[in-house]
Amino acid sequence: MTAPVLSVRDLAVHFGGVTALAGVSFDVAPGSVTALIGPNGAGKTTAFNAITGFLRPSRGTVLYRGAPLTGLRPPEIARRGVVRTFQRTSVFPALSVLDNVRTGLHLRGSAGLWAILAGAPRVRAEEARLDAEARAILAFVGLTHRAHEPASALPYGEQRLVELAVALAAGPALLLLDEPAAGMTGAEKAAVSALIQRIRAQGVTVLLVEHDMRLVMGISDTVIVLHHGAVIATGPPAEIQAHPEVIRAYLGAARAPAGLGRG
Amino acid sequence: MSARRLRPRAAAWAVVGLAAATAPAWLPSPYHLHILIMAGIFAVLAQSLNLLLGYTGQLSLGHAAFFGLGAYTSALLTLRLGWPFWAALPAAAVVAGLAGGAIGRLAFRLRGAYFVLVTISFAGVIALVAQNWMELTNGPLGLPGVPPPELGPWSFRSKAAYYYLVLAAVALAWGVTARLVRSRIGRALVALRENEPLAESIGVDATRYLVLAAVVSATMAGVAGSLYAHYTRFVSPEVFLFTYTVTMVVMVVAGGKGTLSGPLVGALLFTALPEALREAVSWQWQMLAYGVILVLLVFFLPRGIVPTLAARLARARVPAPVADGAPGALLSEAGPAERPGRR
Repeated sequence: MTAPVLSVRDLAVHFGGVTALAGVSFDVAPGSVTALIGPNGAGKTTAFNAITGFLRPSRGTVLYRGAPLTGLRPPEIARRGVVRTFQRTSVFPALSVLDNVRTGLHLRGSAGLWAILAGAPRVRAEEARLDAEARAILAFVGLTHRAHEPASALPYGEQRLVELAVALAAGPALLLLDEPAAGMTGAEKAAVSALIQRIRAQGVTVLLVEHDMRLVMGISDTVIVLHHGAVIATGPPAEIQAHPEVIRAYLGAARAPAGLGRG
Repeated sequence: MSARRLRPRAAAWAVVGLAAATAPAWLPSPYHLHILIMAGIFAVLAQSLNLLLGYTGQLSLGHAAFFGLGAYTSALLTLRLGWPFWAALPAAAVVAGLAGGAIGRLAFRLRGAYFVLVTISFAGVIALVAQNWMELTNGPLGLPGVPPPELGPWSFRSKAAYYYLVLAAVALAWGVTARLVRSRIGRALVALRENEPLAESIGVDATRYLVLAAVVSATMAGVAGSLYAHYTRFVSPEVFLFTYTVTMVVMVVAGGKGTLSGPLVGALLFTALPEALREAVSWQWQMLAYGVILVLLVFFLPRGIVPTLAARLARARVPAPVADGAPGALLSEAGPAERPGRR
């Protein structure tokens, strides 16, 4: 196996006396789709927050392409190519769908204050380029027909696509998706699943948290199972589905095992 | 954007531009021109506050401090050091901008209510300094005799000449704000207003962009302060009055925050309104009538005058292209009216 794009080593997060993550280690292989699963409260979103700088871990390191991410703030982590989405739908509500994506392209522009105030021709050229990129990303996620509608006016499933488009606009090399299919209809889930595969085909490594087991098992190369803040299993989907400890964890949490996830 | 859709807007702008350019000729008296000049100075101030309040969503309740700093800097440099106005004006802008940067850096570690508190305290401190540093500011007596600007053989002593100077400043403030909010910097500012965690996750450095907005905003307020000082030719600690800040906020909110023309409409309306009320009703009723009008405006046009009108116009206009058939291409051009126009 080639060097992992992301290495999480002994990552721990404590909230007061509560342990959300108790020293978790895992690797994400470049170009893979890796899923982080586990019952509610297993620490999946906490891990995302700690990796992307939204939360300072109590212990442990996160290495991205060999360099530590720990201690960096979210914008700096995004600049390095690690971009995340949020569990609860998160868009720029008052902006049009196109402007959401345009805003997401922040890191792909470079125009500074003086050039902008002077109306420099290269600023205009950059705006034209960003506009074209935004439209291409909208086409990629299939939202071209919604381009000029306010993001908040879109149905739930499409808002999640806007969110995905905004994250893609930031130009990730490693994309962290927090429950991208939560609350979606079956057809929407299939579309998102296909979309994630197309994102991977473009060379983006994907780490996702998801409750829908059919989706997870369908697109993941590696599945990591978290339970009570610790990794209890890692492996390809088929292995995980048969893993006795995983089945126990899910049944113990009064959840259906593989194939019948939440939502 | 098609030429057909642009034309009414361009026509409206041509009318406004022509009316503004010829105002000294058709206004009935110097008194009216005076009101228009004050409205212009307040339009620069309102636009400056709008950049913060309307686009980043942060409320500065100490904006009069930047205005006052600009006024005092410009007055002192011309009176004490004999600087020409044309050097004092940029200096006033720089001093106010630096103060804006310092306050922003301090205050944006904490957002929202804390930012509001820091800006209020800052204005309070600056006002106290102006009141008590007798040697520099002449204290409550103020600084009389601030010279009017001169440019070669021309003097801006006349109201008509000063009006054009202020008009140029309004246009400049507009241009700066327009360029900024339609750029990637403007999108970053709006992103912070709309959803800060998402903005940070796509690489927008919150502190950096908020401080940048505070600097540009304070710089514009400093320019307005300088223009005020050389127009009234007198600066006293009254420039720091909280009333000025409140007036600015009213102008921005009632006109329409987060729009380019809202603060301008608000500045015109709320400079002219007290004067009109003074003529229309006896003094006891002036402030009451002002208050009632303000409450009615907020009640019936909560988003502000400009956004409400723009939404009405858009609603009146949208059905037309739908009726033409060919929905896809045409509809995609009919974005919400307040979106900044694309070239």
